Amino acid sequence: MTAKTLFEKVWEQHEVVPETVDTPAVLYIDLHLVHEVTSPQAFAVLRSNGLKVRRPDRTLATMDHSTPTDPDEVFGRVPIKVESAARQVNELEKNCREFGVELFGLGSDRRGIVHVIGPELGATQPGKTIVCGDSHTATHGAFGALAFGIGTTEVGHVLATQCLLQRRPKTLAINVHGELQQGVTAKDLILAIIGKIGVSGGTGHVIEYRGPAIEALSMDERMTVCNMSIEAGARAGMIAPDETTYRYLKGRHFSPQGADWDRAVERWRTLRSDPGAKFDREIDIDASALEPMITYGTHPGMVVPISGIVPSPANDPVHAKSLAYMGLTGGEQLEGKPINVVFIGSCTNARLSDLELAARVIKGRKVARGVRMLVVPGSQQVKREAEARGLAKVFTDAGAEWRESGCSMCIGMNGDVVAKGEYAVSTSNRNFEGRQGPGARTLLASPATAAAAAITGKITDPRTFLSELKSVVHS
Amino acid sequence: MEPIRTLESRTAVLPFTNIDTDQIIPARFLTTTTKEGLGQRAFADWRYDAAGALKPDFALNKPEAQGCAILVAGRNFGCGSSREHAPWALLDYGFRAVISTEIADIFRNNSLKNGLLPIVIDEEPHRWLLQNPGANVRIDLESRTVKLPTGVIVEFPVERFARYCLLNGIDELGFLLQKNDAVTRYEQAHA
Repeated sequence: MTAKTLFEKVWEQHEVVPETVDTPAVLYIDLHLVHEVTSPQAFAVLRSNGLKVRRPDRTLATMDHSTPTDPDEVFGRVPIKVESAARQVNELEKNCREFGVELFGLGSDRRGIVHVIGPELGATQPGKTIVCGDSHTATHGAFGALAFGIGTTEVGHVLATQCLLQRRPKTLAINVHGELQQGVTAKDLILAIIGKIGVSGGTGHVIEYRGPAIEALSMDERMTVCNMSIEAGARAGMIAPDETTYRYLKGRHFSPQGADWDRAVERWRTLRSDPGAKFDREIDIDASALEPMITYGTHPGMVVPISGIVPSPANDPVHAKSLAYMGLTGGEQLEGKPINVVFIGSCTNARLSDLELAARVIKGRKVARGVRMLVVPGSQQVKREAEARGLAKVFTDAGAEWRESGCSMCIGMNGDVVAKGEYAVSTSNRNFEGRQGPGARTLLASPATAAAAAITGKITDPRTFLSELKSVVHS
Repeated sequence: MEPIRTLESRTAVLPFTNIDTDQIIPARFLTTTTKEGLGQRAFADWRYDAAGALKPDFALNKPEAQGCAILVAGRNFGCGSSREHAPWALLDYGFRAVISTEIADIFRNNSLKNGLLPIVIDEEPHRWLLQNPGANVRIDLESRTVKLPTGVIVEFPVERFARYCLLNGIDELGFLLQKNDAVTRYEQAHA
């Protein structure tokens, strides 16, 4: 038998019709996650063609992108301020009712960012094919699922047929050796990877992250890594499931129970790349050599170690345009640069361990004068747990705002925005021009780095604060 | 969808690499439930100032760029979010094709499904196009070629099935629905 990669195994198990020269494969989709922004036009296509949702039982909907994070708006005490967002919320409620799709709506205690609740509810499982009209669907690959973002036309295809037409992508192995040093997080690792291979380095490929540094990561950390695969151009990133994965999934709402659980784990254990399996490309990274990372430009590949300087390549007008937008100069030191906003949130870094890490840095300290700090848990469940563990109080005592879950300031389409010209140290995934609001200047970093910046009001090496701690959280 | 065989137009040029979908259509305009009218918002933060007036220096606002149906852009066009609003906005604006040396995966897929041609060509002809905004270019989907006004003809790759659908105006959903029996058999075998 030929040695196969993890990706090949999952792909081949889902071929309804294999690809030919003339036609793409018909690929079966096990789980379709739906949200309010990229689904209305797809439901409209179903309606106009008289079609039903083929498998409502394989479809889960929630609302996260355009929803407010202010509790009064979320729980209906005041109207949603962004009127068009309110219409989207109503539309998704109506569509889910009409087509029989389960919805974790605005008032639900299971609502949250779609890529946070899928895993949290145990809907995300090894070996599944998972899609969503959102590029950060790559997150679910942390469980050994093949998970990728699709457009709205394809959302319609999956709703109607539970299938997609897909050409088989290439494979890229990223072997991460060594171990991350204290204060260096999964976020720093993925930023370093994107810096190394570039924002289109993974285009046309599915990434498999492997090696000792990956195996040592918690599920929360693995999700942070896989989440940003798309920032390297790869639609999907995967990590082989192991004991860490099974421990995380056991007993969750949609996880198999009893004898089904044992059978599932037995099946999941086969989901590893075989020894000798060939990847189209392989890249090696030494985790031990990494520092906390921070972006300085307008795409995630424009990233340096926090002690670094802003690069100044000659004759690069695009780089110059980017620095002009950021208000930075080539050769400038980043550490010590004043900032205005700190955002802890998003599908990249708003799970419980992210909040724990930020809280460890913040605890007993105050947010610097003039800095706005917004902490937005990834889901209502994360919110409840963070409140139960006293993390929310750590943030509010420090002077930070503590909100209801949602995409919030990561995408600036829900009322939470960074003002023009302001610098935001953000734990999110994109530093594109205007991403956090027109004219906003985003510096992507880990929750530890973001929290450190909140305290000092400047770009700060988080190890300054973390050295006082015995260990970084690995939950 | 209308069949597409050839397209001839002058080009508008945005000579930047890594133009992401947040530039093509900023997220704050995604709170819509239809596809209509997005062209007005295409490249909104590059086209308009804070007061909503057109920025005269932006390439697409120049008189010579009006009416161009082909956009030439730098490498890795359409990276970032999966929003299909990006090709919807470009089509509604009036573009029918994008030419680059590399186009992001999800954007390319979304474009093909809406009749916006994502065309990847080699660096040399691409450099020529970047340096010659307004050039009259002819795209032939049947022969998979782009003809420059210099007479140079360059080939571009396009996935065979997507090309077949575009040439014949076929909706992929119809094709998938025809696979119903195979899907049912798959579901029974994997229940």
